[in-house]
Amino acid sequence: MSAAAAIWLANESGVMTDSERVELIIASQAASLPVVRNAVEKLARMEGFSDAETHGLLLAIDEALANVIKHGYQGRPDQPIRIVLARTEGPDGRQGLAVEVRDQGRQVDPATIKGRDLNDVRPGGLGVHIMQAVMDEVCYSCPPDGGMLLRMVKYAGSSGTSRPRRPGTN
Amino acid sequence: MDKSRSLIQEIRRVPDATTVVLSGDVDLHHSPELHARLVEIAAERPPRLLLDLRGVPYMDSSGVGTLVEVWRRVGAYKGRLVLFGLNSRVRSVFEITKLDTFFTICDTEEEAARA
Repeated sequence: MSAAAAIWLANESGVMTDSERVELIIASQAASLPVVRNAVEKLARMEGFSDAETHGLLLAIDEALANVIKHGYQGRPDQPIRIVLARTEGPDGRQGLAVEVRDQGRQVDPATIKGRDLNDVRPGGLGVHIMQAVMDEVCYSCPPDGGMLLRMVKYAGSSGTSRPRRPGTN
Repeated sequence: MDKSRSLIQEIRRVPDATTVVLSGDVDLHHSPELHARLVEIAAERPPRLLLDLRGVPYMDSSGVGTLVEVWRRVGAYKGRLVLFGLNSRVRSVFEITKLDTFFTICDTEEEAARA
């Protein structure tokens, strides 16, 4: 994470950061989403992601947060969501951004979190499909101290379409 | 963050079509209000409902879901919903969800008027 990114994020969003990692903590309300998008957009640009890749990151994180707000906390607006963004490197040496979304909401079996049949044209249920389509890795897990942990990775120069990963594997 | 600021900037009605001009991010924060307004407009049963999205820089799945619901309501009375002026980011959300094959999407207002 560049110093410029760290300083900007610290000034604009009240986040904690070090040289390789940025952390944001938001309240579980939809009004928080533009703040996160703004921060992630600037960070992704600084990290060299293309416009399409940056949009993919924005969309995936936005959908993840929306799911926590709607399903994890079931609309309660005063609960914490922690977002951690960290540099990572793929097995082929490509630069990437790892994103963790941590909540203390309702736990669900990660195996049941799936995208739905897109031939069924109806509102809702598209968030997981979008995350899997735009990110390279998407992995939900249930930490022992409650809530859900979502870990996603986006590599620069990739088109997305994640493979579901088992919790705890790298 | 001002939820009171409506996404709907303008509504133009002519005998066979209603055009709704949107402006701003269509996300979870604003989609419920947009949904309510568009359902009201669809209840007027315009033969063609045109949505001008030139002023929409960003849309998430809640926005797409709102438009799916309006598409269904307009289709139920044999009307036609046409979207136009999508930027590449907004268009990509329809492509990712494969909804670009269900919606009528035009580049310009002129094309939308003929669609």
